[in-house]
Order: sequence, then C-alpha cells, then structure tokens
Amino acid sequence: MLIKRAADIRSSEITDQKVYLNRRQFIQTAGGAAAATALGVIGSDIGLEAATPAPHGRKLENVKPSTFSVDQKVDKPNRWEDITTYNNYYEFGVDKDSPSMSVGKFNPDPWTVNVSGECNKKAAWHMEDILKGQALEDRIYRHRCVERWSMVIPWVGFPLSDFIKKCETTSNAKYVKFTTLYDPKQMPGRDSGLRWPYVEGLRMDEAMHPLTILTVGLYGEVLPKQNGAPLRLAVPWKYGFKHIKSIVKIEFVEKEPLNTWQEQASNEYGFYANVNPTVDHPRWSQAQERRIGEFFMRKTMLFNGYGEQVASLYTGMDLRKHY
Amino acid sequence: MWAGLTGNLSANPLSDLTNETGVWALRFICITLALTPLRRLTGWHAVIRFRRMTGLFAFFYATLHFLTYVIADRFASLDFPDGIVAWSTVRNLAKSVGEDIYKRPYITVGFTALMTLVPLAATSTAGMIRRLGGRRWNLLHRLVYITAVLVVIHYWWLVKSDISRPLAYAIVVAILLGFRIYWSWWRTRTAPAPARATA
Repeated sequence: MLIKRAADIRSSEITDQKVYLNRRQFIQTAGGAAAATALGVIGSDIGLEAATPAPHGRKLENVKPSTFSVDQKVDKPNRWEDITTYNNYYEFGVDKDSPSMSVGKFNPDPWTVNVSGECNKKAAWHMEDILKGQALEDRIYRHRCVERWSMVIPWVGFPLSDFIKKCETTSNAKYVKFTTLYDPKQMPGRDSGLRWPYVEGLRMDEAMHPLTILTVGLYGEVLPKQNGAPLRLAVPWKYGFKHIKSIVKIEFVEKEPLNTWQEQASNEYGFYANVNPTVDHPRWSQAQERRIGEFFMRKTMLFNGYGEQVASLYTGMDLRKHY
Repeated sequence: MWAGLTGNLSANPLSDLTNETGVWALRFICITLALTPLRRLTGWHAVIRFRRMTGLFAFFYATLHFLTYVIADRFASLDFPDGIVAWSTVRNLAKSVGEDIYKRPYITVGFTALMTLVPLAATSTAGMIRRLGGRRWNLLHRLVYITAVLVVIHYWWLVKSDISRPLAYAIVVAILLGFRIYWSWWRTRTAPAPARATA
C-alpha cells in the first residue's frame, strides 16, 4: 500500500520567528489603533457646537397661495429655526444638526439637472431654465419622518407634473428615478453606512399627482442648503426619506428603481413609503408621531392625512406588502 | 452644566434627552470598567476610590434614560379616556411600557441592562460589601460585564444606518473586557496546580 506523505509546509507559510515573538506587540499595536479610533469617534460626539439656523435668502417673487396647503389653525407651521436645524441629510453628517453646521462649502448655484431615459427632451437643464415662466406656489404641507417626528413646512414649489410635461415622456416611462448630488468636496459627512449617491423614485402616476411638487423655497425665500437646495422633492403623503434633496438627475425608467434606504434595509424601508399608522417599522410603531414643538404625540393619519387626494392611487394594493 | 452634558438641545429636546442620558450611562460604564485596568497598568491605586461613584453615575444616567423614555415616549403617546389624573392612566402606561419591552428587541435588551444594574447599585454601600463578603461581592459585581455588552447591543440595534458610534463603544468594551480575560488566563497559567486531596 502506498502511504502518501503529507506535503511539506512551504517555507512561505512558516511564521517568521521574529513575527511570532512579536505577536504580543502586534496585538498591542492593533488594539491601540482600534482604541484610538474608537475614542476619536466617541470624543467627536461630545461636541458643544450649536446648530446654526440658515441665513435668510432671496425673497421669491410672484408666489401664489394654493388650495393644497393645510389649515394653519390645525397645523401651525414650524419655525424657520426648527426647519433649518433639524435635518436628515446624511451627506452632511448623520446628526440632525450636522447639516446646519456643515453646508458651508456647498454651492447650489449654478445648478444643472440631467434629464434622461424614456423621454424626447433629454437634456441638461440649467436651474434658470427650469424656473423660466414657471408659476410658483406656497405649499404648506405636513411632513412626517419615518423616525416618528413631524413638522408643518411652508414650502415654495411647483407641480412636478409641469416639469415632466416639458420633458415629453414616452409610453415606456413607468417610473421616475431621482438622484442627489454626491460630491465629498462639498459634502463633508463621513461614512454613514448608506451607499451614495442617494436615489429615490416614484411611480409615474404618483409623480404626476398635483400634490407632488419640486420645491425651490421655504417661507417665501430661496430654499436653504440644508433643506436640499436648490431643488428637492415634496410628496407629503410619504415619509420624509422620499423627499429627495439637491436633485442632479431625473431619469424616466421602465422598472421600479431601488431607492437608497430600501437598498440599506429592505425589511424596514420600502419603495412606496406611504405614511401608514397600521404598518409599523420593524423596530418602532408608526401609530403616533411627535410634532416638533409639542409634548403629547399626535395620532399618525393614513397617507399623512392626504388620503382623500391620493388613496385612489393605491386601490386594490396590499399596503402591508407594498410598504 | 446640564447643557454641557446633554449637548445643545435641538428642535426635538425630548429625543435629545433620551439619547444623551443613554449615551452618558454607557460612557460611565466604560469609565468604571477602565479604572481597574488603569490601576493595574499604572500602579495608581488611588483611582479605585472613584469606582463606586462612576458606577453610581452610570446607574443614575441609565435610570434617567429609562424615565425619559417612559415619560416622553410612552406617557406622551397614551390616550387619556378618563383625563390625565386617573387610574386608567397608570394602568395604560404600565401596559404600554410592558408591551414595548416585550415587543421591541432593542428595548428588551436595554431594559435587561438596567435591571442588571439594580443589584449592583443596591450593594454599593460599605455595609453591603461587609455583609456579602468581598469574594461574593466581587462575583456579583462582575455582572457589570454583562451590562456593558447588553448596552452596546441595545445601542447597535437602534441606529438606522451609521454604526460607527456603537462600533466605537463595542471596541472600547471589548478591550476593557479583554484585560479581564487575559488576566484570568494568566492567573490560571501561572497558578500552581491545585493540590490533590489525599485520602
């Protein structure tokens, strides 16, 4: 019988004696480096810098009121200071006050939006051309974040449908895919766990709905940087993360786009993200919300209270499945 | 002092208060766990006198953290069918807290962590140390190793996407517990073999 001899250990696999003896030192060095990094992260978290409300910008002209605005007696608009210091804009840092403190290098002017996909007018649109001849409206909307807080925000904007019509979409355009700018030179947020650039999407009928607006202003003034200047989406019956900011790309596509938060955790964040008190986030209830400035929580309303206008978009759909 | 400890409050101060009290509880757990290694590595024995105080600070912040959650999160989201000052409010609050602890894993873990701190705080007095005896007291207070791990898990499970902070605390806790593991291994290695009982 042939007995095989075990192969020799290649010399390259033998641990150098020096390295072997230094393993303790290696553990100490690696441990020290990990500890230093960890303490750095922890230390930077104990910051005492105050959030800074956005400076007031240029007043927008010829802004008309809209019947889509909320009743301000029931839903009192939040203060400029709150709206411009309490932001989820991870490209500028993950804390609510980070964007207000780190948008200094961000330059939203000049700005170009690339339109492509299933449409006739594929072009790079300058912001001025998007706004040329476009009537602007005050749209005071309820804004519900997936994190259980909400605000009332006096946006200024115009229906997304106005812009889509100018792009002359083809019959293959079933969805709209939006992309946020990603430029680390202007956006100093460190790794947040999200994959950038940020992407969001809407079904074509949602995009064409009169409540869906492209936002260019706040409180009658040019939109502050931390709120997604110069162009952001507002879809008031959906959670805040659908309201994509600082849009640089609009594509008309045939298939449902994968949005950033869905990619991050598809069991927690879906494509539709309609506000729904009966469909919980896996880690917390969505039945109530804290309106910024209030102590007692409010009951969250289906479609954030816009059901009368938008419920028909989802007839026959299982909202638990399509969350 | 308060603003310094809690950072500057944002537009959502109740959420800030909940987060900051929780993070400070974890920081004090880490500081407490660091004192023994610090003493052994530097020979600075006086430092151990602060251990009871930092440990009680951890318990204090953990309790505040829990109370903030009970008031700002559970109480604030109740219905008050019989008005706020009523037995039904107490019942509903207890039910709401209980259900949340049962239903949401990160809250289950966080609550368990707080419960592990209760016996430690209760036996923190000199009288209790004497009554328990040093050996048993030491054994009981090793429970804080479990607390530290539970708190890191609690933190890790509640963040949305950015794990850098819970990861940082996980590294710190791992290193601090690593010292204990290393020492206990070293002790068993260098200790003389236990003498056999002879009949």
